[in-house]
Amino acid sequence: MSSMRTLDELIVESPVFAGLGQEELELVAGCGKNIAMDAGERLFREGDDANTFFLVRAGLVSLETYVPNRGQVTVVTCGPGEIVGWSWLVPPNKWRLSARVVESVRAVEFDGACLRRKCEEIPELGYVLLSRFAGDLADHLTAAYMQVLDVYGDGSR
Amino acid sequence: MATAVVNEIAAARGAMTPLPYRVVRKQRENHDNWTLVLEPVDEAIEPIAPGQFTMLYVFGVGEVPISTSGDLEREGDALVHTIRAVGAVTNALCASDPGDVVGVRGPFGNTWPIAEAHGRDLVVVGGGVGLPPLRPIVYDALRHRDEFERIVVLYGGRSPDDLLFTKELAAWGKQVDVDVTVDAAGKEWDGKVGVVTKLIPPAPFDPETAVCYVVGPEIMMRFTARALIDRGVAPERVWVSMERTMRCGVGLCGHCQLGPTLICRDGPVYRWDELAPLLEVPEL
Repeated sequence: MSSMRTLDELIVESPVFAGLGQEELELVAGCGKNIAMDAGERLFREGDDANTFFLVRAGLVSLETYVPNRGQVTVVTCGPGEIVGWSWLVPPNKWRLSARVVESVRAVEFDGACLRRKCEEIPELGYVLLSRFAGDLADHLTAAYMQVLDVYGDGSR
Repeated sequence: MATAVVNEIAAARGAMTPLPYRVVRKQRENHDNWTLVLEPVDEAIEPIAPGQFTMLYVFGVGEVPISTSGDLEREGDALVHTIRAVGAVTNALCASDPGDVVGVRGPFGNTWPIAEAHGRDLVVVGGGVGLPPLRPIVYDALRHRDEFERIVVLYGGRSPDDLLFTKELAAWGKQVDVDVTVDAAGKEWDGKVGVVTKLIPPAPFDPETAVCYVVGPEIMMRFTARALIDRGVAPERVWVSMERTMRCGVGLCGHCQLGPTLICRDGPVYRWDELAPLLEVPEL
């Protein structure tokens, strides 16, 4: 019970879970576990089944894709407080990108299948979580717009 | 009234005459940015302050507005400008060598209200070549460290090769909070990738009190101001530095007009809540 409490306290610090009720937090935390990974390790690989996601507590994770003639290209990095992975939520539940640890990571790893089941059983929880992840995705989309705009470039790209 | 107008015109005429400055040092910052240190050949312009700019004239080529990027308490009469080689004049400036002479007019414009941040957290957000105009604030803050609470420097660049002042950022990072990100990077980069606004939510400052100074491309400043406000910073504590086509520097020619304001005269530093409505008008 005490470790469950600890996990509740950890995840509520993330903007995605901040403000959730205690019951909702416990439901979410019930699908999570603490993990630690070293630099260079992979969290997941593009194309694989996406049944997990991560709340980064410390360290840095790189989201990457392979570009012919350029190799692995980092699209974005995620640090403390950020969520890594949303493909667990959206069919066909396959990773769109690969994720690699850049700086040793401590994170909460969530079992996406477990959480999907809970969301189906408790639609209120599903709605709240979907709203939160939609907000997170909107932030990523806004950031992607800025990257596409190449605001520091001379317009040549 | 007539006398005042005559005096204003006379002062403006004086401000239109460039003074000769010699390039005494030149430092390459990255593939397309150089820092020039200029010293007066004879007479010096009035002391320049953080946020202000000069018009740098390459004889026979043209004139451009460039903000000061130096440590103003250390430089004395010398001027420090970091310049990106993007056009005819800036290419000529960046191609100049120690010993060459350029013309200098100014200083023009208003200054960063650094005192607003005294006793508070100071947050500096630079994007691309927006970092040089902010560097005098950081120098000032580090020199007068006790005047501020936390000092946070956030910097975003296009790629690792485009970052400016990397050694200095590392040195600042030992004294204050510095965070850097790039929009795109290859395998060789082990730092953060993503837009500069991503640095704002986790940055260690108190949004209730922080005073924020932002420089970068206009669209970057819009996104950044929005992210700061989302974090809880009041719009009146967000300051930005604007750039338009400054020509005369003294509010006569109108080239840098933005609605009711002339950036060379009334700016380039603006409070966000006063500037934002103007940026929402596409025709401006």
